[in-house]
Amino acid sequence: MSTAQTLIELAARRHGADASRLRPQDDMFEKLGIDSFQAAELMSEVELEFDVEIPDYELQGIRTFAALAAKIDARR
Amino acid sequence: MVDGVTWTLEGGVYELTLARPPCNEIGTATLAGLEQFLDAIAVDDAHALIIRSAVRGGFCAGADLRELHAGLVATPEAEAAPQLAAFLDRIHAVMDRLDTLPLTTIAVIHGVCFGGGLELALTADVRIAEKTARFGFPELRLGVIPGFGGVPRMRRELGDALPRDLLLTGRTINAKRAHGVGLVSQCVPTGEGLVAARALAAQIGKFDPVARVAAKRFLKVIPVEELAREKRLFLELAVRPPLRAALDRFVRSQDVRPYLP
Repeated sequence: MSTAQTLIELAARRHGADASRLRPQDDMFEKLGIDSFQAAELMSEVELEFDVEIPDYELQGIRTFAALAAKIDARR
Repeated sequence: MVDGVTWTLEGGVYELTLARPPCNEIGTATLAGLEQFLDAIAVDDAHALIIRSAVRGGFCAGADLRELHAGLVATPEAEAAPQLAAFLDRIHAVMDRLDTLPLTTIAVIHGVCFGGGLELALTADVRIAEKTARFGFPELRLGVIPGFGGVPRMRRELGDALPRDLLLTGRTINAKRAHGVGLVSQCVPTGEGLVAARALAAQIGKFDPVARVAAKRFLKVIPVEELAREKRLFLELAVRPPLRAALDRFVRSQDVRPYLP
């Protein structure tokens, strides 16, 4: 499974969304309807799931599952 | 009790619960609540204190930036520094009192634990983090340094490397990393933090109280001179224009991650 798809399933599970309706190019904050606190928690879950650490400043402007997946892959 | 800051005492364990939405931001109301708690507690009746949050977003997102912004906008520049200094003195007094309570203090942390929230957590003797907790000092994006005693306390607890990393990069770290570097003592599954804290508090209740208090006094000294230097530097930076400009951006931001620089 691609990183983007694993990410979509993790985020959908965490926020009660239907993974089959999410696409890699979707804006994850809009699609999941999450606030700043949930975004911080989601980053912790992503780091634990993929065993990576992604500094916050590398996330500036990242809004899609695909873009976040690329950041994850770059850190693995 | 102040709205949003409540406490209970049961079986020798105080539970101090922060419940001020959105995420227990520390402004005058939360500060007054903490002061009331510290004035009210009977330490001879207890052996432990658990500090926890009842809001979903996390333990504490830090200082109340909206209140700080409103205060700075409403205050002539010449009066800003004395007012900020008076607020800092009150905050430091509360942090020092929490730090030196003759009880074993446990912070239960979930979600966001940023800035002043991390500074509050650093007063605790033991920190228990749920796995989705996240820690950081984002103050440089505002043009200031942490002002509630966080860096001296983190250096006391961990040495220099982590406070330098968090402050100079502004990045945040997850609970696993925080556990790895010793910032938190236990990392537990989501929703299990309070269970772990209560089990620990029950264990602490079995110890001889004189030895328990003496051990804490021996191991945990307030870094007085460094805290005073921190306060002076914070105030020097806080009266410069970058703080007002950053607070303006923050209160207007619709970004889902407004804490990012």
